[in-house]
Amino acid sequence: MSNTIHDMGGMQGFGPVLSEPHEPPFHAAWEGRVYAMQRALGYSGLWTIDGGRASLETLPPLEYLAASYYERWFLGLEKRVVAHGLVGRDEIAAGRSLRPGLRLNRKMTAADARRLPLPNYERAAAAPPLFKPGDVVCTRNLNPATHTRLPRYARGRRGTVEAVRGCHVYPDSAALDPGNEHPQWLYTVVFSGRELWGDDADPAIRVSIEAFEPYLTAT
Amino acid sequence: MAADHDHPHDHQHGSELSDMQARVRALETILTEKGYVDPAVLDQIVETVETKIGPHIGARIVARAWSDPEFKRRLLADATEAVNALAGVDPVAAHLVAVENTPKIHNIVVCTLCSCYPWSVLGLPPVWYKSAPYRSRTVIDPKGVLAEFGVNLPPETEIRIWDSTAETRFLVVPMRPAGTDGWSEDELARLVTRDSMVGTGLARPPAEIGPRG
Repeated sequence: MSNTIHDMGGMQGFGPVLSEPHEPPFHAAWEGRVYAMQRALGYSGLWTIDGGRASLETLPPLEYLAASYYERWFLGLEKRVVAHGLVGRDEIAAGRSLRPGLRLNRKMTAADARRLPLPNYERAAAAPPLFKPGDVVCTRNLNPATHTRLPRYARGRRGTVEAVRGCHVYPDSAALDPGNEHPQWLYTVVFSGRELWGDDADPAIRVSIEAFEPYLTAT
Repeated sequence: MAADHDHPHDHQHGSELSDMQARVRALETILTEKGYVDPAVLDQIVETVETKIGPHIGARIVARAWSDPEFKRRLLADATEAVNALAGVDPVAAHLVAVENTPKIHNIVVCTLCSCYPWSVLGLPPVWYKSAPYRSRTVIDPKGVLAEFGVNLPPETEIRIWDSTAETRFLVVPMRPAGTDGWSEDELARLVTRDSMVGTGLARPPAEIGPRG
């Protein structure tokens, strides 16, 4: 689903931003374990980064908001291992394995873990980019029932292409099926604050998103 | 637990956490027994993010950019290529984009949809970066957010917000503080904070770090 609680840009009422001096990477050991399990299993290739995102985004909104960051990661991970048939619900309930595991195509080694993998999402392009820097474009008004990376606040808005970032794995497809990368050109598109937030917006503000070509139309 | 601000609702705080601990331990047991993960590999992942990756990497990149105009030119043109050509720096992620603060433009990075962050040069994102207040307000009220970080820019400064909605990752190159002529890269790197590379802070003034060296 695309119009869920994770899409927070422009919402109001969450209060001030509170930063913590000398914050550690993890606030409890279990957070590190969740992070590590997520990284290690992500390496299997069973789902893409967007498949992982989609599992967090589809948490019920009240659950999403009440959970801390790593609690959300845990809830998403638990959901995903069940959805992919890696772990049974009965095993989650029992807290132990009840049958042998499936064979993974790829497993992270300690050597990989010392230098965490740095994925590259760029792919060969089937066609040249439709847009170039300086082009005025309009974002589509898309509201898919599945995953997208076009935030609500930037739909149906007029902006300017600032950069072409290459042809990348298309999140909207790859979230549904890791085998369907459907690569698309990726652009930095910049909007004025007034285009996004109305005439009362601060004229000194400009906001950019990274927009895949299917999100854009020529004006 | 110091992450109270990530739990605005104090109810059941303790029991939620112990419940979480038990559930996480159970999942790790299941995944290990089924042969999907190796606890030693998980230990190594935690160690890598706790000890190896952090804002010291980004600070070194910024200090080099401040000292070497040719490196800065390459960094702003293709940050991944420029950084990965640096001796003594581990490779950083693809699609890294460096954006430069100037007296005219101040850049801020956010991920309104979740938590995308240039972790290969800054380490894991802080809790505030992943929090609802930062994700919601930065794109609509960046000056209010900056004020909460103690940053007040001249009204004519353009504020440019980069929403990390794809796999491109943004590193802000803060302005070099005045009074640092002749400083070495190591000295300059001490002025470069994590927040200054996200855009919610400025580089530290030289007086703040005391005597050089």
